[in-house]
Amino acid sequence: MITVERVRGSAWLPFARRRALRLLTSLWVLVTAAFLMIHLIPGDPVRESLGLTAPPEVVAARRAALGLDDPLVVQYWHYVSGLFRGEFGTSLVSGTPVADLIGDRLPATVQLAVLAFVVVIVVAVPVGVVMAVLTKGGRRRGGELAFTSVSVVLAAIPEFLLAVALVSLFAVQLGVLPVAGNDAAGSWVLPALALAVGPAAVLARIVRVELLSVLGNDFVRTARAKRLPARLVYLRHALPNALTATLTLGGMMLAALVAGTVLVENVFAWPGLGSTIVGSIQQKDYPAVQGIVLVYGVGVLLVNLVVDVALALLDPRSTIREA
Amino acid sequence: MRPVLRSPVGAASAVLLCLLVALAVFAPILWGDRAAAIDTDALQQGPSSAHLLGTDQLGRDIFYRVLVATRLTLGLALLATVIGVTGGLLLGSAPSVLPRWAARIVTSAVNIAVAFPGLLLALFFAVIFGTGTVGAVLAIAFAITPSFARLTQTLTASVSGRDFVKAARVCGVGRFRLLVRHVLPNIAEPLVINATMAAGTALMAVAGLSFLGIGVQAPSYDWGRLLGEGLNRIYLSPAPALGPAIAVVVAGLAFNLFGEAAASLAGRRQQQRQEPVTHESVVDTSAGGLLTVRNLHVTFPGGVRAVRGVSFTVQDGEMVGVVGESGSGKSLTALAVSRLVEHPGVVSADRLEFNGTPLARTSDRELGTGLAMVFQDPMTSFNPALRIGRQVAEVSEVHQGLSRRAAFAKAVDRLRAVRIPEADRRARQYPHEFSGGMRQRAMIAMGLMGEPRLVIADEPTTALDVTVQREVLRLLARIRAERSAAVLLISHDITVVAQTCDRVLVMYAGRIVEELPTSELFTSARHPYTTALLAAVPDLDTDRDAPLAVIPGRPPEPGEIARGCPFAPRCPVAEQKCRLEEPSLVSVDEGHQVACWKLDAELVEAAVGGAR
Repeated sequence: MITVERVRGSAWLPFARRRALRLLTSLWVLVTAAFLMIHLIPGDPVRESLGLTAPPEVVAARRAALGLDDPLVVQYWHYVSGLFRGEFGTSLVSGTPVADLIGDRLPATVQLAVLAFVVVIVVAVPVGVVMAVLTKGGRRRGGELAFTSVSVVLAAIPEFLLAVALVSLFAVQLGVLPVAGNDAAGSWVLPALALAVGPAAVLARIVRVELLSVLGNDFVRTARAKRLPARLVYLRHALPNALTATLTLGGMMLAALVAGTVLVENVFAWPGLGSTIVGSIQQKDYPAVQGIVLVYGVGVLLVNLVVDVALALLDPRSTIREA
Repeated sequence: MRPVLRSPVGAASAVLLCLLVALAVFAPILWGDRAAAIDTDALQQGPSSAHLLGTDQLGRDIFYRVLVATRLTLGLALLATVIGVTGGLLLGSAPSVLPRWAARIVTSAVNIAVAFPGLLLALFFAVIFGTGTVGAVLAIAFAITPSFARLTQTLTASVSGRDFVKAARVCGVGRFRLLVRHVLPNIAEPLVINATMAAGTALMAVAGLSFLGIGVQAPSYDWGRLLGEGLNRIYLSPAPALGPAIAVVVAGLAFNLFGEAAASLAGRRQQQRQEPVTHESVVDTSAGGLLTVRNLHVTFPGGVRAVRGVSFTVQDGEMVGVVGESGSGKSLTALAVSRLVEHPGVVSADRLEFNGTPLARTSDRELGTGLAMVFQDPMTSFNPALRIGRQVAEVSEVHQGLSRRAAFAKAVDRLRAVRIPEADRRARQYPHEFSGGMRQRAMIAMGLMGEPRLVIADEPTTALDVTVQREVLRLLARIRAERSAAVLLISHDITVVAQTCDRVLVMYAGRIVEELPTSELFTSARHPYTTALLAAVPDLDTDRDAPLAVIPGRPPEPGEIARGCPFAPRCPVAEQKCRLEEPSLVSVDEGHQVACWKLDAELVEAAVGGAR
């Protein structure tokens, strides 16, 4: 076996270096993919965007304005250096800078995603822990079956369908909550719920399963042999060890939740990036799509980074093990 | 496949899937005309008996449109799944065939792509392929690909490490053939299960894209498109939106649940019913000690009797060894007498007392400070997420009311007492920074935080190498001498017990078959099992050219103990009676008890001679 003599601090440096390298690679891939998107579209994106009836001179002028006639490498250089200056290009439809568009729309999306994520965590972790404790060692088969079935069904309903069902029930039938927009405080409830229910169901199941498998570990028996109160055995000894897997999967779900806002925003006419990107795709406003895809991608990368750092803090072995 | 259908969830989802396929095939033939029929007299109606889900803006019946749309929805989802899964399989298995540099590129590409949610990838590809049916299918397919590639990679890697693949590799099987013949067949089951679930996801994703207006375009229609149209007038009537929504959910669930049922079947252990087991009580008048155990039973559901009527006593300051092969019930006995057997295990005993009070009524504080446990595997017995010092200190924090700081100081002191160098610094380290022997000493230090009257050590040296073994055994002996604590040492190694203990209990198949003082172990052991154990120990006189002595056969599993003496099938001197009736423990000498019908000295003598 390896006697790890090194101090904890020294494990952090390689971890940080590795993680930074991965982040930069991913960023590069993302930027390149976003850049190439316009060029991978079959045919002429400007022609596609302006329509078949547009006079050739207009198309040519627009192409020149967008720099599409330059060699690919030059375009790439302009694109990347522009990003460093905070320039995302100009919308083909409105003629305004895409950066302004993003600046307008991003906050609403971030707020919605964060709210939904908080709901997920606050609901899923306690529910998962309680279910694990109640069904430990094959007790309460009925409760386990009910929990599993309900969570499977809830998890399988896509957020936009749930959103439709919620709107139809609470906004249309009962009329207690607004059907769209984000003006009133009440208008946050349904979108956040639509986004949170599925991931919360999945996460609660993961927490339960992980906690149950951790409870089978030798060190939990050690904790019980110390006759610690059950609360300490579950919360201090078992839960942190269950959280590593939970967090890994939870991070992926948070990333998916970021993407899920696209659909939910469209149901609730939420003034965020999600409703913008769909409109831009339909109008073939490629610079806008490019910019928004980039923002979503960076959002996902940031979520992954935060999760990795949290994992390393929570489980000191993961910084070493990963190598 | 058949077992999947036997579970209620599996059967229900299979029926649903068949129904969906039937709808996809027949609905357009049967109701295609009705779904396309334009009725200008019934524009945008709510649900009625004529139109179950109402009509759309051209007066077409939405209910029939939902039924007919099954074909397009299902078809697109399956097409996307097939393309995506195939791509994922190719990408995922490519690294095991490609040269190393190319494999690395593929792997990192997949790793980067998999970090992005499927919907985002789908949107990205939807832009490239354009809005429309083909674009939607390709977008979803490309969005499935990375996660499936990752799954294939992970599964391939796990199988590649197995012995049969290594063996094939050593035999010179080519990489491609290795993949196709040895690896893929062994990961087919999880792949198929995941592909089924992926189909459910694809179905919902296609619906999502169509719903957003970037999937199927008019005049074609799928569920997602119908849903989008319905949502626009949800204020007027919810039915046109809820109809297709329910269709999407039910179909998606059918795929998911079917996969889920198949997956849980692959992982689930057979469930057994709990049968009440009754035990005969033995009238007990004997005096107790520090630990008094009378007629102890540990049973598990399905009538598995792992410990069957064990009785023994440990006196103050005494060191008692329990010997037996794995499965003899010795570890469960240790857990039972320390009140650590968990549900579904059931412990019962006529008397189970620690320090004069029934164990069931002993307070946690008294057990936490008076009864120390040392477990078999020091590598897994510490919480990897907490510092050693904190784990050792916990006992004093909880049971002795010390502050966190004072408890930590005491822990450092105890770590020093078990000769951990630089205890101050070490206490701040995590378990993975400790070697196995040090962890076991730290575990003993944990037991010393209180004032232990009894140390139960369950195979404390099995996972350690021989030199470290001696250290740990010496430490136990020292604690016993210095603190006059009793020790119950469980081991499969009869020599370890012989060297350290005062008394030996030999266990076989959940019972004590012989109990005697260690001083008499080599001279007057009488049970054929004990003598066979002793004969199997090599010493300096052992003929090194002859194969090592073994006990033929294997001990019975706790669930398969039949009539008669459980050792009879392996016993060289067993006779008819041994196979019919189980002998009970009888006293043959002062402090010496044996459970064997063949107490005739000559025969036992013959057995020893025969085994040698």
